[in-house]
Amino acid sequence: MTINTLTKGGAQREQMYCLRKMERVIVAMQDPDMGMKMRNQRLLITVIPHAMTGNDVIEWLIQKYNITEEEARHLGGLLVQYGYIYPLREPRSLLLRSDDSPYRFQTPYFWTSSRWPATELDYAIYLAKKNIRKQGELVDYEKENYSILHKRINHTWDFVVMQAREQLRASKQRRKADRIVLECQEQAYWLINKPCPGAFDVLDLGPERCNVLSSRVALNADHYRREIEHSRRALGRNRVKSSICLESFMKYSEQYLHHDPIMSGCLPSNPWISDDTSHWTINTDMVGIPTRLRVERWSFSFMELLNDSMGRREFMIYLEKEFSAENLCFWVACEDLRHGESSKIILKVEEVYKNFLAPGAARWVNIDSKTMERTLEGIKRPHRFIMDDAQMHIYFLMKKDSYPRYLKSELYKNMLAKAIVPQETKKSVFPFMRRQRHSSPSPAMVTQATEDDGKAKGAGPTGTSSTTNSQI
Amino acid sequence: MNSPPHFICTPFSLMACQGLASGETLKSLKAESETLRKKLEEERKKLHDVELEKVAEKAEALGELNMKTRRTLKGHGNKVLCMDWCKDKRRIVSSSQDGKVIVWDAFTTNKEHAVTMPTTWVMACAYAPSGCAIACGGLDNKCSVYPLSLDKDENLAAKKKSVAMHTNYLSGCTFTNSDMQILTSSGDGTSALWDVESGQLLQSFHGHSADVLTLDLAPSETGNTFVSGGSDKKANVWDLRSGQNVQSFDTHDSDINCVKYYPSGDAFASASDDSTCRLFDLRADREVSIYSKDSIMFGAASVDFSLSGRLLFAGYNDYTINVWDVLKGTRVAILFGHENRVSSLRVSPDGTAFCSGSWDNTLRVRQEGRGVGRELKQGGTTLYG
Repeated sequence: MTINTLTKGGAQREQMYCLRKMERVIVAMQDPDMGMKMRNQRLLITVIPHAMTGNDVIEWLIQKYNITEEEARHLGGLLVQYGYIYPLREPRSLLLRSDDSPYRFQTPYFWTSSRWPATELDYAIYLAKKNIRKQGELVDYEKENYSILHKRINHTWDFVVMQAREQLRASKQRRKADRIVLECQEQAYWLINKPCPGAFDVLDLGPERCNVLSSRVALNADHYRREIEHSRRALGRNRVKSSICLESFMKYSEQYLHHDPIMSGCLPSNPWISDDTSHWTINTDMVGIPTRLRVERWSFSFMELLNDSMGRREFMIYLEKEFSAENLCFWVACEDLRHGESSKIILKVEEVYKNFLAPGAARWVNIDSKTMERTLEGIKRPHRFIMDDAQMHIYFLMKKDSYPRYLKSELYKNMLAKAIVPQETKKSVFPFMRRQRHSSPSPAMVTQATEDDGKAKGAGPTGTSSTTNSQI
Repeated sequence: MNSPPHFICTPFSLMACQGLASGETLKSLKAESETLRKKLEEERKKLHDVELEKVAEKAEALGELNMKTRRTLKGHGNKVLCMDWCKDKRRIVSSSQDGKVIVWDAFTTNKEHAVTMPTTWVMACAYAPSGCAIACGGLDNKCSVYPLSLDKDENLAAKKKSVAMHTNYLSGCTFTNSDMQILTSSGDGTSALWDVESGQLLQSFHGHSADVLTLDLAPSETGNTFVSGGSDKKANVWDLRSGQNVQSFDTHDSDINCVKYYPSGDAFASASDDSTCRLFDLRADREVSIYSKDSIMFGAASVDFSLSGRLLFAGYNDYTINVWDVLKGTRVAILFGHENRVSSLRVSPDGTAFCSGSWDNTLRVRQEGRGVGRELKQGGTTLYG
């Protein structure tokens, strides 16, 4: 049983969106001009009017939405799964077959959106009918549900049986074709609303979500005041012209095109395809010689350089030559403060002050006087973000000054020159011979090892062959 | 006192009304808010001088995408609700409806760790940047951190640390730049930043008027913002330091299930129950593209960008994954294979593949065989030479 067949609020609203869209498709399919051609379909010896074949449905969808057959089959399959179209042959199997199997449109009375959630009373009547009509027609889970309902709504049971008998009597008086259709319609509805436990439940929605009307957040004066304040601030904000913003997306995707493995492949090969982890091994933090793509990427932005531990190392070497390494050290220390444990904040702030800000400090950083004043004042009541202003000042200093010079330096140029460009691995002649997939040491283990050693001695590169696969 | 028709005057609401200044009523506040919002819309329109489609005309068209499933991770006994990659580019953590959280080496498909949470519907899970811990939570309203032990016999649950406490279900969680802080989103309408070590609440973010369903941390230089999406159809950008809502977008017609930043941090994409995905530019302060198709009728549950931001992968409630050309706005491919909703989708940290988790209890890692931009290659290695 689903978790929330009881609540009519958010969950139903969510379902409504796709249900309404499906219903629009169904209506379009039945349009006299643009809809499907329906005809009589033969079911054993009975002729059922206004039916179509599975093929018809798929063809129509292909035409209407200009999609492939695979997508049309999938879409058509969903229409059947949600009960908008039901099969006449093998009615218990809600699948769309792409052949001449006959199907019919579900009557709007039984649309998933009209009668949801299904009522216990209706279900009881349905099961009673089945039971009376043919002994043993009820499947196991239906028998169970039947007896549960019998206990639960025992007080109305006479009514249930009476209704069931009445409906059966009425149906006996119908033509065979109509009777079959009505039975199929009803059965399809119940297959969806009360599926066999363990079977696919199309109406399973997950935990309930609320919406603004039944909101858990109070829509009071404070809420609107906050919104007003927010709008006022937003009105005063600087915006950039669309043409400039959108142009930047173009530039970005072009710049990173060759770095995007899905767009351009990767060298020597994509590990997920070739089962060869070389691509990862040649790009580890501790590798001796980096790849050309990697070094090129450092030139894309200052962030790229700093985000790569090797890039950061190289930049540090450069700064040391320029006698401005304290800037990067300061930045790293501030990052550590910002993202570290709360309990160490006071200690770290003291360290930073001692090493970088105090007069005569060993690695004094050159911050403008206003920022310095503000920071020193703030240190009296240290918190996680106290160094933000100073950190940003130094960051932009490096970005505008040292970084561009680094990119023009011999150090960087040499790095770029000796960077490797791996050979593309040709696809093997025998593609069915799969390479053995080697496991790699867990990051947790690598860290533990370095902690144990005390010093990181080029901690084991990932992808070394250790074929002892761990299994749980 | 005039109250709007839908507002029920319970004692609590009367107290709220008492906070009004003279001349103010709840109705007038609401009206003022509406007026300002309309004005904001007009302001935003003024700088919109070109559509993304037009700008993208000069971009090269993409070739045919040929993505195949390279790994299928089977092992969950129930719906997979969430997944996250490890920074090592091959490990994955996934969580499911029955409370199981599994850490896989997706490359070998081996399961390395498994934890059973004391709750069902574990809707959020995240891998720590160091690779040494995972965080997860769901209907228990909490976010817990499990250090990953290498001792096979050790019970992971023993070392569990309760970090976040909300008053409703946990919908999303992510570590910030280190293992020490976690950002969470909840069905109680708030997001929050927590200190892992102490479990202390560092900052909370109020502003959504319904469940917050998703969040993503900005990759920007100053690393100070994140975006969240909710059942109130809004996507909000927040300042981590001050807790303030700095930007808001409300063009979706239904719940926003997932938000993801564009790699440069200047924009973000959203996936919604209204069956569309949209791109919002933060500097232009507006929605700049919609990714939708008539034949797509079901809600989009999850999105992620390829490394260059040219492709947007989106998982839907109709079991498919649609791949969009972010710039041109067209659909590049539709991928089948899952037999139930795609609940979660992430591109690997180095962009070599992407993984999707589904309500069909499996996870699939997919990759493109030849490189979809191959039209642009002049052949093999010559471009790099």
